Amino acid sequence: MILLETLYVAPPTLTAQAPVLAIIVPLLGACAAALAPSGRTGWMISVIASLFGGWMALAVATEAMREGAIVYVLGGFNPPLGIALRIDAMGALLGLLIGAVGALAAVFSGHSLVAEVRTEKHTLFQAGFLLCQAGLVGIVYTGDAFNAFVFLEISSIGTYALIAIGEGRDRRALPAAFNYLILGTVGATLYVIGVGFLYAATGTLNMADMAARLSTLDQNASVQAGFAFIMVGLGIKAAMFPLHGWLPGAYAHAPSLMSIFLAATATKASIYLMARFLFEVFPDGTAFGEAFLTWVLAPLAAAGAIICSIQAVFERELRRIIAFSSIAQVGFIFLGFALGSAQGLSASVFYIVAHGLMKAAMFMALGALALSIGARRLDEFAGVAREAPWTAVAFAVGAASLVGTPLTMGFLAKWGLIEAAIASGQIWIAVVMAAGSVLTVIYVGRIMEAMFFRAPAPGAPRAKEAPLGALAPLLALAGLSIWFGLDASIPEQLSQAGAARLFEVRP
Amino acid sequence: MSWLASHFNYVIVVALMMAGLFIVFSSGNLIKRMIGLALFQSSTGLFYISLSKVSGATAAITLDAGSVDGKALASQLDPAYVQQFGVDGVVYANPLPHVLILTAIVVGVATLAVGLAIAVRVREAYGTVEADEIEALSRVTAEQAEPAR
Repeated sequence: MILLETLYVAPPTLTAQAPVLAIIVPLLGACAAALAPSGRTGWMISVIASLFGGWMALAVATEAMREGAIVYVLGGFNPPLGIALRIDAMGALLGLLIGAVGALAAVFSGHSLVAEVRTEKHTLFQAGFLLCQAGLVGIVYTGDAFNAFVFLEISSIGTYALIAIGEGRDRRALPAAFNYLILGTVGATLYVIGVGFLYAATGTLNMADMAARLSTLDQNASVQAGFAFIMVGLGIKAAMFPLHGWLPGAYAHAPSLMSIFLAATATKASIYLMARFLFEVFPDGTAFGEAFLTWVLAPLAAAGAIICSIQAVFERELRRIIAFSSIAQVGFIFLGFALGSAQGLSASVFYIVAHGLMKAAMFMALGALALSIGARRLDEFAGVAREAPWTAVAFAVGAASLVGTPLTMGFLAKWGLIEAAIASGQIWIAVVMAAGSVLTVIYVGRIMEAMFFRAPAPGAPRAKEAPLGALAPLLALAGLSIWFGLDASIPEQLSQAGAARLFEVRP
Repeated sequence: MSWLASHFNYVIVVALMMAGLFIVFSSGNLIKRMIGLALFQSSTGLFYISLSKVSGATAAITLDAGSVDGKALASQLDPAYVQQFGVDGVVYANPLPHVLILTAIVVGVATLAVGLAIAVRVREAYGTVEADEIEALSRVTAEQAEPAR
């Protein structure tokens, strides 16, 4: 068992400022990258800023594990009037996921950008990437409801622009980015309206303070309307079925770097924010909240898990298969929330991390293959394992984790969710998860069959092994899926500590 | 009627919100959809500002009763009130929603700019900004075999 403390080494003065540094360094890095004289310099700035951000996220996770929760007061104005970052163990875990995937994706981008994006856009691309990263870390770290909106939009605006840059390779990236912009903005605006209702009812924006005031308040129409607006708004951002329309296009047509980073982190941050509102801000055990979990969240999540898995089975483009699979996995995560128990919540958060790592590995492997063959349709990937064995193996590890093969993190994640479903007596949820997993086997099996067992079509472009700079982060991601499959103590401890704390402090 | 008079702001907010959303989802023209989006976002601004409105309140600025501005303010208020509370005691409108919405406006403008920029690129790549024509052209792209490199 490896403890977090052993991984993290830094001077205490730096640790004390880690929460804000994890956000500010990528943000400043974005400015620096935008001004960088060449794409290469921009890339180096991006790598350094992301690595530093990931290091600080590690510091935050170590502290959060020790302290339970960190409150970092910004600018010396005490909450509830001032804005504070408030990070518990789960938020720290998500921050760590964003930092780790961000750093690895930044390293990977050195090769993939050169192949996919016009040279004069490289510096701006890196700037947008760092902006997106700063925003996402901000969402999971902040303790202020309105501040969360600002971070949501910072990350989203970066994302819209970076998806649109995918036009160089595939012009469908443009309408995809536009659709995401429209839906994402509608979602964020609905969230703001919801926060407005809650502010009207409680007079505070600090999430902890809001929770305290809501628990003494009778459930009135204003609170319920605010709750509904926030859930729908974040549901769009989190690609909750049936609000997922923007996702397949955005994942499939964006540049590889963006697909990796989006699939691993963007919806996850919104899902986590939703969990905080569901389990931290809104008082427990109200008829309204229970009804939402039982009659809205659970059926929609189940429908998403099944329907989108089926859609993935019938898709022809490889990246779209994986994108639809992502929506189905979001359904699994929400099924864990719908259980309404500490065990369900911690299983879901663990699943978020497992899913983030495996999807990042799969999209990165496709990005690495795109360096040499630039294929999209599934049949064009026939036999790539013969030409690029390491890349194909890394993809296979991600895919195995997605299916839930033992010895991978995905297995522990699925197991945890099913165990939580059975423990709370909701057998039908366990059945839905099992059915969804079977469908996963079908579409992953199709991909594996094409990649490993089919002969390449004659005359098709030959896949080549990715260069070392692109292969190293890919193998690192695949390695993480296996490491946490063998010894999951780090994500497990953080997710369980966070969930236990949330359910303990509530009446 | 009195209900309408006291909730007039909110009626407008809901009307703007629905009009904006309707344009976003009914229109096929990308530019019109951006206009609808801007309308939708503006309605939130009005919503927040309406929340902060306190009748008879002034801006949240502390004034010295002896200063020029303080005297000007005192002359507008009920003299008995000033006698009792001074200028400091005047009712202030809640400034926080104003600040929040200022931030939201900036975010909205940034989104609008990015959205319009993408619309321009869509027009360059597809030669149209109508969603259904773009979809038809995209289907052609999807059917085409990937050019070999």
